[in-house]
Amino acid sequence: MTRIATATAVLLGLWSACPPVRLSAQSLRVPYQTFTLPNGLQVIVHEDHSVPVVAVNTWYHVGSSDEKPGRTGFAHLFEHIMFMGSQHVPTGEFDRLLEAAGGDNNGSTTEDRTNYYEDGPANALPLMLYLDADRMGFLLPEMTVEKVDLQRGVVQNERRQSYENRPYGLAEENILQRLYPANHPYHWPVIGSMADLQAATLEDVRQFFRTYYTPNNATLAIAGDITAQDARQLVQRYFGDIPRGPAVTRTPPPPVPGAVRAVLEDRVQLPRVYDAWHTVKAFSPDDATLDVLANVLAGGRSSRLYRRLVYELQIATDVVAFQDGSRIDGKFEVYATARPGHDLGELQRVIDEELGKLADQGPTPREVERAQNTVEAQFLSRMERVGGFGGKADQLNYYNYFVGTPDYFQKDLERYRRVTPAAVQRAVRAYLSPPHRVVLSVVPQGKPELAVKEGATP
Amino acid sequence: MRAAAARVALILIAFPACGLSAQVVDRSKPPQLPPPPALKLPAVQTTVLPNGLTLAVVEMHKVPVVDVQLLIDAGAARDPSVAPGLATFTATMLQQGAGARSALDVADEAAFLGAQLGTAAGFDGASASIHVPKRRLEAALDLLADVVLRPAFADSEIARQRELRAAQLVQQRDEPVSVANIAFPAIVYGREHPYGHPLNGTDSATARLARESVAEFYRTYYRPNGARILVVGDVTLAEARRLIAARFGGWERGDVPAFPSPAIAPPGAARTVYLIDKPGAAQSVVRIGHLGPVRTTPDWFALEVLNTILGGAFTSRLNQNLRETRGYTYGAFSQFVPRRLSGAFVALASVVTAKTDSSLIEFLKELRRIRDDPVAPAELAKAKAYLTLGLPGDFETTGGAAARFRELLSFGLPLDYYDRYLDRITAVTAADVQRVARQYIDPDRFDILVVGDKTQIESGIKALNEGPIMYRDVWGQEIR
Repeated sequence: MTRIATATAVLLGLWSACPPVRLSAQSLRVPYQTFTLPNGLQVIVHEDHSVPVVAVNTWYHVGSSDEKPGRTGFAHLFEHIMFMGSQHVPTGEFDRLLEAAGGDNNGSTTEDRTNYYEDGPANALPLMLYLDADRMGFLLPEMTVEKVDLQRGVVQNERRQSYENRPYGLAEENILQRLYPANHPYHWPVIGSMADLQAATLEDVRQFFRTYYTPNNATLAIAGDITAQDARQLVQRYFGDIPRGPAVTRTPPPPVPGAVRAVLEDRVQLPRVYDAWHTVKAFSPDDATLDVLANVLAGGRSSRLYRRLVYELQIATDVVAFQDGSRIDGKFEVYATARPGHDLGELQRVIDEELGKLADQGPTPREVERAQNTVEAQFLSRMERVGGFGGKADQLNYYNYFVGTPDYFQKDLERYRRVTPAAVQRAVRAYLSPPHRVVLSVVPQGKPELAVKEGATP
Repeated sequence: MRAAAARVALILIAFPACGLSAQVVDRSKPPQLPPPPALKLPAVQTTVLPNGLTLAVVEMHKVPVVDVQLLIDAGAARDPSVAPGLATFTATMLQQGAGARSALDVADEAAFLGAQLGTAAGFDGASASIHVPKRRLEAALDLLADVVLRPAFADSEIARQRELRAAQLVQQRDEPVSVANIAFPAIVYGREHPYGHPLNGTDSATARLARESVAEFYRTYYRPNGARILVVGDVTLAEARRLIAARFGGWERGDVPAFPSPAIAPPGAARTVYLIDKPGAAQSVVRIGHLGPVRTTPDWFALEVLNTILGGAFTSRLNQNLRETRGYTYGAFSQFVPRRLSGAFVALASVVTAKTDSSLIEFLKELRRIRDDPVAPAELAKAKAYLTLGLPGDFETTGGAAARFRELLSFGLPLDYYDRYLDRITAVTAADVQRVARQYIDPDRFDILVVGDKTQIESGIKALNEGPIMYRDVWGQEIR
C-alpha cells in the first residue's frame, strides 16, 4: 500500500569525509553514521557522492498489525492523511513545494511499518526535513473531518482498484482470514475493510497520531550527496523540539491454527488455486532457506513447478511461489492458474508431487546456486539507488528495524549463500506438509466444481 | 540517562555552532534552499560495426552491474495485417531454444547467471536485454548472442507457446485495464493502422501462428543494419566494443523493408463515446484522447511542460481534481505517447463506478481549461523545475540511464539531447504551453472510452450529451 537502531553514539573519529563508495562484487558495504536525539528520534546517515541526489526515508514503527478489529485499514488511511497538510504546511503545499524543488515522494504501509520517502536534488534536503518534521510534530491542529473523509474516499478507490476490480483481487484477504485467527495482528489485509474504513472517525485519527507518530517511534534515514554533518544539523534544527511520545507497547500475538479449505467465486475466466502455509518470520534461521525454496519451485521457466505445470503438462498459464517473512510471523504461498479445460485438482496434485520429491530428495546443488545467484544480482541492483522503495535509505531503515543493524547488506546476502540443498529439504518437511495449509480455490462464477475437492489426497 | 547526556554532550563539543533546545526554529515558511547542484550526465560514446550495428556505451562504475539492450527494428508495426501478434510472438520465441540450448536450458542459464534475460516487442521495435553482475557479463552476452542470432524455432516450442498465449488471451479479458489498453488504440488509430491492432494478437491469429511465419519474420527484420546495442554500466568502451564485436560482428546484414508509413485517416469523426461492458465492475476504466505528434517534433519540450501541468505529476490538474479534491480515483494522468509515426494523446484514470459520469465532466473541464486559459506563472515554474531539477535522479541507476538513452536511440534523437534539455525546458513560456495545448488537444475530436458496468453507468453518460455512444467488444470492435 502506497500513497505515496539502537542509538549508538557516533564518535568523533567517524566524522571525516567518507571515501567514494565503490562496491566490490565480493562485499556489499553501506557505511553509515547514527545518532539519537533526546526525544528518541533515531537517525541514520549514509553519504554517497556519486550522483547529486538525496533521499530522506522515515520509518514509523507502526503498521496494520497494530490495528484493532473494527478499525482495520487505519494505519494505511493514516499514511494518506499524513500528506494532507500540517500546521505550517497548508494542504497541497507538501507536494507542490517538493515538485518545485525537483523532488518526488511517496509512502507505503505494511503490516509492520509505515514508511515515507522524499527523493530529489541534493540541495533540497532542508526542505524535505522541514516538511517531514512539520507533519511529525504539527499534524493535529490542521486535522479536520473533511480531510479524513476525502482520504477515506481515495483509499476506498485504492481498495477497489487493487481488490474488488482486479481479477483474483480478493484472494489474499481470504487467505489471511483463514491462516490467522480473528484476533491475530495479521488476520486482516493492510488496506482494511470497506466497512472499517467507513467507520473511522476524527478522534480515532487523533488518538492514533498521539500513540504512534512520535519521534521515539520513528527512524529517519538520509542517504546521498550530503554530508553527515549538515544532515545532523538540519535534523536537530527541525526535529529537535518535537516532544517525545509515550512508549509503544505490544501484546504477543495468539497462536496460529491448522488447515482450512475454501472456495471463492470471482469474475474470472480461469480458476486459480492458492496454497498457503504458516512459516517463520523475517530473518529467522529458515527464512532465507524458504526464499531459496520458492525460487526452486517457481522462480523462472526452468523451476520445478513452472517446468511441469506450464511447460510440460501445459495445464497452467502461470505459477508463483514466495516466502513472506514479516516482523512477527511468516507465510509461504504457491499459486497457479489453470488453463481452459483443466480444474484445480489437477494442478494441486502436481504441486503436491513436486513438494513430495523435494521432501524426499531435496533440490540439486545447481538449483540452490541458481537461486543464490539471482539473489546476489538483485542485491547489487538495489545498491544503485539511494531513494525510493528498496533503495539504500529504505534498506538501512529495514535492517535497522528488523535486525538492529543498518548496514546488514553483506550479512543478509551471506545468509543466502549459507543455504544448502539439505536445509531446503528439511524446510519442505518442516513447514510445507499438506495437512497444515490453507487451500483457496478461486473459480469463475457458477463453477465450484473446478475447485480443489474437500478430502482430495495430498 | 547518563548515556543520553553523554551523547548530547558529544554533540555540543563537536558542533558548538549548533544550538539545541535554546533555539526556536522558524517554521512559518519553508527554508530557503541553496542553489541546485550542476547537472553532470554520464557521457555516451558510439561506434558502428562493419555490419551496421550501432554500439552505444555509457560508463557507470559505481556498482558492478551492466545493462545491455539490443534494439531491433522488428516491432508490431511490422505485423502483417493478417497476423497481429507476430512480432511479440517472435520475440518470445527467441528464448525458446537457441544455439545448442533447449528452451529450458536458456531459462536455466539466464537464472543461473542472475542475468534477467528479456525479449519483447512494442509497436516501434523489439528488444533483447540483460541486466547482470559484471563478473558474469561475458557468459550473459554469450547467452544473449545465442538467443538473438541462433533461435531454433522448433515446432514443438512454437506449439507450446501458441497454446500458452491462447490461454493468456482468455485471462486478459478479465482485466479491464488490459481491455482498455487494447481497445483504445484500435479506436484511435483504426484497425488498419500499424498501431491499431492488439500487440499480442487475437484468438484467431494466435491459432494460426506457425514456424514458417515466425522464421520469415525473423529473417526479414532481425538484422544488424538499423539495430542498436546500448551498454550501460561497469564496463569501458574498449571492453564493450571487444565483447560485442566478438559476438555480434558476424551478424549478417539484410534488406530490411522501410518502416511503414501508412496514410492516417484524417480527423473527421466528431467526439464519440465508446462503451465496453464489464458487468459488476467496481470501477470504470476511462481513456480520453486522439492521435498525437511524432516523438521527434520540436514541440516536444513544450508538450512535456504542458503534460506535467495537466496530468504528468502528482500535483497535476487532473490528479488534484479527480483524486485529491473529489476522491473519484486513486490516480488520474495524461500522456503524449511517443511514437515513430503518429503518437497519441491520452488522459486516463480508473474511477469509482458511481462517479463515472462526474469524472467525465471533470476530465473534460480540465482538458478544455488548459487550452482556454494561459497557465499561471507559479504553476509553469513548478512544472519546469520538476522536469529540470529532477533530471539527475533519472540517471542515477544503470536502468534509469539506459531508459533515457534508449529513447534517444529508438527515435533517432541526437545523443547530446540532454545537454540542451535544461535550456529548452527552461525557455518554454505560458504562451508556448497554450499554443501546444490548442494545437495538440482537441476536445472536438476526442475518443472517449469507458470500460465499466454498463447497467450502472450508461444512463449517466448519455445524460452528458458529449457525443454519440457506440458499444464495443473487449477488442474495441463493433459488436455484431
